[in-house]
Amino acid sequence: MTLTKAHIVENLFAKNIFTKTESAQIIETLFEIIKQTLERGEDVLISGFGKFSVKEKNQRRGRNPQTGDPIMLSPRKVVTFKCSGVLRERINLGERDG
Amino acid sequence: MTKSELIETLAKAEGITLKAAETAVNVAFQSMEQALIRSDRLEIRGFGSFKVKNYEGYKGRNPKTGELIEVSAKKLPFFKVGKELKERVNGSTPPEPKS
Repeated sequence: MTLTKAHIVENLFAKNIFTKTESAQIIETLFEIIKQTLERGEDVLISGFGKFSVKEKNQRRGRNPQTGDPIMLSPRKVVTFKCSGVLRERINLGERDG
Repeated sequence: MTKSELIETLAKAEGITLKAAETAVNVAFQSMEQALIRSDRLEIRGFGSFKVKNYEGYKGRNPKTGELIEVSAKKLPFFKVGKELKERVNGSTPPEPKS
């Protein structure tokens, strides 16, 4: 099964604080704030979950994997995620084979 | 930005109490944690997706002492950035490879 935003909205609605529409709006805003923060190049650190950071990649020579032609890849930014130690342990403590 | 700053920003943006915003942030990340603990896939449109990868055990060496060690099998979540976020961190237009 794949967890989606709709499931998170459902879980928030189940807390009986917000209506379904409000829950959807709040979850939308939550991810929008995280995206805006990363867009500014700022890290997002969620204790117990992990850290999202933006890393600058230099220009480098690459190859077109289909044709093998050498190409120059422009400098770019990538988003990386580092899992927290706590979450990593919880994932590994779960059933050994999923 | 930390979790508490995220809670404050969300409370302000949505005009809700800090306590309500904290519940929302906790529900979101707890839902995501639970999915990863079950080794379920997790996909947030426009943000990214997570997948738990299984790594097999291998014999490695302690890089400091050179000592032979057994690295046991492990699971690690892998994050793949979504198209929208990928483009936004690069300034709305996706980078064009120069030839």
